[in-house]
Amino acid sequence: MTATLGARPAPGKGRARARHRLAVLGFMAPALIGFVLFFGYPLVATVIFSFTKYDLINPPEFNGLANYEFMFKDPLLTKAIANTLWFVVVLTIARTVFALGVASVIARLKSGVGLIRTLCYLPSLAPPVAATLVFFMVLRPNGGPVDSVLGWFGVDSPLWFSDPAWAKPGITAIMLWISGDLMIIILAAILDVPQEQYEAAELDGAGPIRRWWHVTLPTISPVLLFGIVNSVILALQLFTQAVVAGSAGSGAADATGSTKYLGFPDNSTLTFPVYLYTQGFRYFDMGYAAAMATVLFVISFAVTIVLVQRMRKNSTAEEGGPGA
Amino acid sequence: MRKHTRAALLCVAAALTLTACAAGKGGGASSDAAAAPGKDDKLTLTVWSNYSDREYEEVTKALKTFNKKFPNIEIKHEGSQDDDKITAGIRSGNTPDVALSFTTDNIGQFCSSGAFQPLKAYIDRDKVDLNQLTPAVQQYTEYKGNRCAMPMLTDVYAMYYNKDLLSTAGVTTPPKTLDELYDAAVKATKKAPNGDIEVAGYLPTMGFYANRPTILAPTFGAEWEKDGKSALASSPGFTEMMTFQKKLVDFYGYDALERFRAGLGQEYSADHAFHQGKIAIMVDGEYRTAFLKAQAPQIKFGTAPFPTWKPADYGTAFTTGTIMGIPKGAKNPGAAWELIKHLTFDTDTIVGLSNAIKNVPSTKAAMESPQLEVDEQFKTFIDLAKSDKLKGNPVTPIGDAHIKAVTDFSVSYQSGKVPDLAAGLKEVDKNIDDQIAKSGK
Repeated sequence: MTATLGARPAPGKGRARARHRLAVLGFMAPALIGFVLFFGYPLVATVIFSFTKYDLINPPEFNGLANYEFMFKDPLLTKAIANTLWFVVVLTIARTVFALGVASVIARLKSGVGLIRTLCYLPSLAPPVAATLVFFMVLRPNGGPVDSVLGWFGVDSPLWFSDPAWAKPGITAIMLWISGDLMIIILAAILDVPQEQYEAAELDGAGPIRRWWHVTLPTISPVLLFGIVNSVILALQLFTQAVVAGSAGSGAADATGSTKYLGFPDNSTLTFPVYLYTQGFRYFDMGYAAAMATVLFVISFAVTIVLVQRMRKNSTAEEGGPGA
Repeated sequence: MRKHTRAALLCVAAALTLTACAAGKGGGASSDAAAAPGKDDKLTLTVWSNYSDREYEEVTKALKTFNKKFPNIEIKHEGSQDDDKITAGIRSGNTPDVALSFTTDNIGQFCSSGAFQPLKAYIDRDKVDLNQLTPAVQQYTEYKGNRCAMPMLTDVYAMYYNKDLLSTAGVTTPPKTLDELYDAAVKATKKAPNGDIEVAGYLPTMGFYANRPTILAPTFGAEWEKDGKSALASSPGFTEMMTFQKKLVDFYGYDALERFRAGLGQEYSADHAFHQGKIAIMVDGEYRTAFLKAQAPQIKFGTAPFPTWKPADYGTAFTTGTIMGIPKGAKNPGAAWELIKHLTFDTDTIVGLSNAIKNVPSTKAAMESPQLEVDEQFKTFIDLAKSDKLKGNPVTPIGDAHIKAVTDFSVSYQSGKVPDLAAGLKEVDKNIDDQIAKSGK
């Protein structure tokens, strides 16, 4: 320990210590400056703006808790929160399970692995607007490819982005299609599982499913937890796909950005970030938008803390083993 | 611990200072008129608009006509700049001299916040006669008596009908009343043996294409506000508008109608349902005449004023349009005003631009110009624009939040989710009033 930190000056040598601190600070400066400028300052500014009436043009005026109070009588905010919570639960579970499933299948492939891995990863590189419009065209009722195929079996396709009950599942489908980044991370974790563990389990008579359940899953659980945290944050920040799906579903894809179409149909695609943007930049109420952003930050932070603590608890339990 | 607290306090104090500085930025707005540029002043005027492609080229040509009066002024036209970018430009100090906004929804905010500079001093100094504009156009370019914008062409909305579809259905004249509209819509509707809609006589889904509450409200005599408060519930026109549309929705069946609507093309694409002969009657702006001629020349269509609830109101129409303002912090406000004045009132320029992009001219003189190309279909819009029954966009300081609230409610009502229309409208009124109160303007 002493050997690795041998450069630390002895106590009492004030000038040397100050120089040491300056050197440390100097090395950390690029990261610190970036953190303060692009995270710390916007965060503090957002909290400050949340206590003001601010129209983006004139200096903000302090209005106490008025923005927070208005949240309790804003019907659209309730909808936006409900929609985002839906995505947090459904999208998080679906995305993690889907990426895990695809990665598990690819990990077992004997040939064509490179091609299939590339094909599964590629959609995640598609620009979100283009990906959403492609999905809209594919799922389009009355003549879209999916509708036509379902028609051969005498099944009416859902109205997807025109039906409040199907719009969120439709967006979830898009998000699954572009989840190749998470799939690649999980695949790497699966391929990293020590082969001896599988062999030991096989000697103990475990079949493929039990090996997957008792060897693969526990070993990759930290990566899965990362996937869950990542998916929760993605769901909390869902914006582009919701805006484009809403605009296209309303027949106004070429007028994307018009507030009137945000949330279509029946505000089922109005997510918390979409509503936040609408309030700040379309209704010119940056104070209220900042209050919403503060609430979103607190919730995201709390969810992340809970998940990380759970992850730490799990890994401690695993390290301790049964006798610990 | 104390060190950490001190550091955190220092960070917050620094952030407060920075925030105050950043939030206060944006240059000045003056209520005095800046001097017009001299004939020898060399300067460049930056103009931001949301035009693109062919329309961008045509508007650029119109801007260049300003050089006949001021050859010493160079004009730099930047397209694809929406209201978000204009606001961001004002905040960052990167402000154009003239900003063109496509929507009048934000005029309340632009005028009340000072984002667009007041024009009264210029108008008084130059003795501009605003009566060259129709009252509706005057109304949608100001907020609470503060004129901060001028119009550049207008959009007027009327009924389009497919002549072949109506004639096959036995409808010989375009409907003028709501009963006639309902009958024509029912007759022109074609359904497949399984009940699927193949052609809709009239698509009543609120919010779809131009079937929007702002556009339809004038033909129902619906009033948006009274005594500074939202007045949807107390306006019989709104109740009539909702119940008429619901009657049509019930005729089609909500689910069948939604299935039909979900398969239709986008509003500004060649797949538009009217272009495809899938709807027989619709409401839309005059610009659709150009779209139809370019993208669907096989469609034989006519235009007429939209049917009204009260016969005496026939000939009523909704209007909105592109607006021009001098943003806060503009570097050459005097020259910017000269350009705005030129684009608002120079008849040759207005007529040329109107002919090029098929919008309705915004001055009475331009509408009377023999140079204006007016065919049978376009004439309907010109006649409506000249009428004193023309109504402008409802102006509020909350963007289009009020329009979204009404559209959302209408869709819920049409889908059968609202059992009590009157109570629902009162709830929407309260929501709109709350939002306006929150804005403090």
